[in-house]
Amino acid sequence: MISGIFHSSYEKDMALRRTHAQKIRIVLFILFILIYPFVANRYFLMLANQVGIAIIGAIGLNILVGYTGQISLGQGGFMAVGAYTAGILTAKMGMPWWGSTIVACFATAAIGALFGIPSLRLKGLYLAIATLAAQEIILWVVTHWRALTGGVDALVVPDPMLFGIRINNDFNFYWVTWTLVALVTIMTVNLFRTHYGRAFIAIRDQDIAASVMGIDLFKYKLLAFALSSFWVGLAGALIAHYRNIVTWERFTIDVSVLYLAMIIIGGLGSVTGSYFGAAFMMLLPVVLTNIGRAAKTYFPLIDSIIPFIQQATFGLAIILFLIFEPEGINKIWKNIKDYFRLWPFSY
Amino acid sequence: MDLFIQLSLTGLTNGAILALAALGFVLIYKSSDVINFAQGEFLLIGAYVIYAMIVQFGMHWTIGMVLTILIAIALGVIVERLVLRPLIGEPIISVIMVTIGLSSLLRAIVSTIWGNLPKAFPSFIPTKPVHIGPATVGADRLWAIVIAVLMLWLFNFFFKRSKEGIAMRAVADDQQAALSMGISVKKIFAWAWSIAAATAAIGGALVANIVGVSGELSGFGLRVFPVVILGGLDSIPGAIIGGIVIGLLEAYTGGYIGHGLNQVLPFIVLIIILMVRPYGLFGQEIIERV
Repeated sequence: MISGIFHSSYEKDMALRRTHAQKIRIVLFILFILIYPFVANRYFLMLANQVGIAIIGAIGLNILVGYTGQISLGQGGFMAVGAYTAGILTAKMGMPWWGSTIVACFATAAIGALFGIPSLRLKGLYLAIATLAAQEIILWVVTHWRALTGGVDALVVPDPMLFGIRINNDFNFYWVTWTLVALVTIMTVNLFRTHYGRAFIAIRDQDIAASVMGIDLFKYKLLAFALSSFWVGLAGALIAHYRNIVTWERFTIDVSVLYLAMIIIGGLGSVTGSYFGAAFMMLLPVVLTNIGRAAKTYFPLIDSIIPFIQQATFGLAIILFLIFEPEGINKIWKNIKDYFRLWPFSY
Repeated sequence: MDLFIQLSLTGLTNGAILALAALGFVLIYKSSDVINFAQGEFLLIGAYVIYAMIVQFGMHWTIGMVLTILIAIALGVIVERLVLRPLIGEPIISVIMVTIGLSSLLRAIVSTIWGNLPKAFPSFIPTKPVHIGPATVGADRLWAIVIAVLMLWLFNFFFKRSKEGIAMRAVADDQQAALSMGISVKKIFAWAWSIAAATAAIGGALVANIVGVSGELSGFGLRVFPVVILGGLDSIPGAIIGGIVIGLLEAYTGGYIGHGLNQVLPFIVLIIILMVRPYGLFGQEIIERV
């Protein structure tokens, strides 16, 4: 039985994965990700793609909200910036999809930093309201700048091409999505081992103390907004290329709320939590729909209220998690691990 | 000039409705420091309950209104007790998120009971057009102004004269000091939520009378933010003045400029106000280093 984790060298202490169990788990997870597309059918591949894109968006939001402590309700708007930049560059300017995706990330980072400027004077709920305004303003621009975005009409984006292969089905897109998920995960986990990431955490825990210790709040808050928006823009660009169609309805305030719910239910300030939250929130409506379909034979009326049941469960899940497990699924996962690590003396 | 008067009237009446929605919002923030994202849903529930009372149960509108207010009060108490109280002392993001979750849950309940389609509302307030100079405005819209002013006066009276109102201000000022003076903070929170829900129910009934009952009513929840930020989050006169200013602004930009600018302008104003004067026009100035 292990009574604790002790390191005898600095190299071990600084390693990304420190224990044996962690290494085994990560290998199993990677194996699962590699084998999954060959076993899953089209429907499950589609779900995996949606979850993957959501994970990227959730990690992005978590950098800002979970790690830096700046509440943002502008996620939907920032995703719209990413999706429309990528969509317009690919569809109208004929740029290759990877080029437009990179440009979209930088454009979103810039817009994110711009709307991050109020965070220098505001915090807590005032900042939440300011980002809410950002969401509304961005969406208004998107729906009214007809010449560029096509207004409320859908923007059609061609299929991405990679190594001469047209990425037009879920199987091919799976590899794009999950390669990027891996990239985002590695970069974000490492970000919080650098002094930038530590500065973000310091700002979250106590901003005055952080500034006394020489952290330039102005610089690091804007940086947090930019870095977070960078990943959010990537998620937006992926949505544009995955769906082949960009419409403003996909980026409303409901999306901002959905992503906030993901990171709160998954676990604030944790990359693993972003995985859990994204998977939970994306799969919850799917599971409910399937239960509803199964129950249809007994309760024929249930079909018409499934959307409302989904909405109610969404709200209820947020409320129950906040009341009973404010640290989210990540904490439950930790408890489970602790239980087995200390078993049979888990007191 | 005719257009100007017409737009001013429309703006004033829209502003009065916004102000009514904002009042409950300010009340909750003032006493418990909670931003209530479910305020629009309270409005929605008020509108649907009074619709059910009048149309589905065939009651007279006075009885229906009284019952609606009672139901709203009960809802406020239940929400405070079950959802908000466990989160006292939790970080702001949890409190914001829990009211967002609540709004989703309430909206789902309303849609499950009454469906998604807009409903015609039997106007119990006269709606026939009134001519003021060259302009025309529905009588029910004028009533909205009257009721908003009445509510402002009532709230002012409540906060200045009644024991509960004074206790509420004490709790808003300093919870610990209020506790040591023998004020039950929990009871005050329940009071605040039930009054806010009741105000929203009245607002909902009014809006239903003017635009009909539909799920769109919950949109007021978001439109309220520019109003309360402009007026000051903790100021009741601010809610009224903010409502009217935003209402007029929307009407003028809609009438003179168009292009849907009236939908986004309030939020631009919001950002500017937050940058320049975060506590709003009438809010209490709190000096805080960020």
